[in-house]
Amino acid sequence: MSETDQKTHLFDKPKNVERLLKGFYAICILLVIADFVIHRHTTMLWEKIPAFYALYGFTACVVLVVVAKLMRKVVMRKENYYDE
Amino acid sequence: MSELPPFVLFFLAALLVLASRGTARKIILLATPVVAALHIWLNIDVGIVSTYSILNVELTFMRVDKLSLFFAYLFCLASFIATIFALQVNDTKQEIAGLIYAGSALGAVFAGDLITLFIFWELLAISSVVFIWARGTGRAIDAGMRYLIFQVMSGVFLLAGALVHYQTSGSLAFDHIGLGSMAGWLIFIAFGIKSAFPFLHNWLTDAYPEATVTGTVFLSAFTTKVAVYALARGFAGEEILVYIGVTMACFPIFYAVIENDLRKVLAYSLINQVGFMVAGIGIGTALALNGAVAHAFSDVIFKGLLFMTMGAVLHRVGHINGSNLGGLYKSMPKTTALCIIGALSISAFPLFSGFVSKSMVMTAMVLEGYDFLWLFMLFASAGVFHHAGIKIPYFAFFAHDSGLRPAEAPLNMLVAMGLAAALCIFIGMQPQYLYSQLPWEVDYWPYDATHVLTQLQLLFFSALAFVWLNKRGIYPPELHSTNLDVEWIYRKFLPAGMHRGLIAFRHAKASLMTAAVSNMHAIHHSFSQSSLAKYHLSESWPTGSMVLWISIILVAYLLLDIFVYG
Repeated sequence: MSETDQKTHLFDKPKNVERLLKGFYAICILLVIADFVIHRHTTMLWEKIPAFYALYGFTACVVLVVVAKLMRKVVMRKENYYDE
Repeated sequence: MSELPPFVLFFLAALLVLASRGTARKIILLATPVVAALHIWLNIDVGIVSTYSILNVELTFMRVDKLSLFFAYLFCLASFIATIFALQVNDTKQEIAGLIYAGSALGAVFAGDLITLFIFWELLAISSVVFIWARGTGRAIDAGMRYLIFQVMSGVFLLAGALVHYQTSGSLAFDHIGLGSMAGWLIFIAFGIKSAFPFLHNWLTDAYPEATVTGTVFLSAFTTKVAVYALARGFAGEEILVYIGVTMACFPIFYAVIENDLRKVLAYSLINQVGFMVAGIGIGTALALNGAVAHAFSDVIFKGLLFMTMGAVLHRVGHINGSNLGGLYKSMPKTTALCIIGALSISAFPLFSGFVSKSMVMTAMVLEGYDFLWLFMLFASAGVFHHAGIKIPYFAFFAHDSGLRPAEAPLNMLVAMGLAAALCIFIGMQPQYLYSQLPWEVDYWPYDATHVLTQLQLLFFSALAFVWLNKRGIYPPELHSTNLDVEWIYRKFLPAGMHRGLIAFRHAKASLMTAAVSNMHAIHHSFSQSSLAKYHLSESWPTGSMVLWISIILVAYLLLDIFVYG
């Protein structure tokens, strides 16, 4: 561990982070467009919703995080809770 | 020689390790899984059954079919990778434990009867606890003890089930058991404890994060996968497993999101992945069962890889708390890249191993009409990516710069992680080699436009949710904390209840005693005040009066005897 790490690393420049995120958003948009171009075979009713998987993935993760955060109010204790 | 059970090789190697040291010992450690795999490949074919007799009971040490062979190769591979990762550790007890542990796993998958299975089941428990105790901290010793209690309890259920099964059916053979009998349920609970069913899961998240850097890598590969093998053999198609599997896939991800210890996050995600296997076993079609065991294979490799990368960080930094890590990509770029490969694999990105195995279970679910449960599994799939795919690499290697600049992982660790990462990509790109080894005949190919597109949409938009939540500041920060789980019942509630109970009991006893003593005093006092006292207290009686009373009693007996009963 050197205290004098002066080298600038890849994500030290905010521009690089921005580039990464822009590329990421572009892929997201392309994936939704692809949903209308590529014919995907569906078996279940809800799969027929346009961009179902994208919507579901986004919603699922938001719900997951929000619920987990609420869960903290109930289950979170001090780090050494069991040692006392 | 040709039918020598492979576990014997591991147990012999353990003896050789005791007798050797230095480079020779390392060579033995590395060679054992390779030799065992070659031995299985050359000499052990489907259909071999070898039995031995003990106390007039015929036991089957070796029963070879495609299912046991598949797991045997997997365990040799896992043992080889974990051994490379642990090469810098010079600790005889861990080296021997590693061999006995892997050997017992091989013994268990070839066991053809329940008693042989039980023997290896217990050996797995005893050898694996060494990896937890070897950490040496007070927490590790306690967690190891709790771990051992659960594992031994599982063994007790298995033995009880085996004996009841023998009583009722007259057979000890370990084939399909089903839930039609009490024996079935006892064995089911035994397997359930080891595969971390909900409410029986807490030993895993309690003990795995407390084990040594290299120990957790061993632990993650064998115990739960032997249990998955046992479930696949004994309880394939039991519908309750679908519901148990879905629960296992869903609830741990919430804990994983708020957990700070990154190895504990992985432990929760291990339960989540086993959930997919258990659900596959419950569906019970050829495709689902193949999916379950294929996913066990992928999981051993990618979960091992993730535990190795976190182990490397723990090895270099000394702790693995997400709250105090970050920015490690600057000084550990290779470990970072390998971790990302593991993360992409567990998240089931196309071209990585998780995709080709998990999709079999998901497809089987749709084919069997579990539409609503499938939605839960899809939720769990998105959740995996969230906590294991993004959280692990992000908080360890990126996030805010913690200022830590640890050195890159040691060479042997990089080699082990590199091997696992290469396998993740190879299986993902060339799944036909994995598929050809699967126990059931099935025609399945994971790569088609629908599958790839929908999976990419699911994952990219899960990632988008992460980015959005982070930018909005909604994402929960990593905090030093303990999150209550089922273990609260036996680590806090029962001990506290017993403590309170004991105190209450002691109070009750004390007040009862005082009341009784003061009452006796009072009676004594009032009696000695009364006029009767001087006649009825023995100190005031002459000896002669007692003799008189005794002779009167004796005469009364005599008269009774003569006139009444005579």
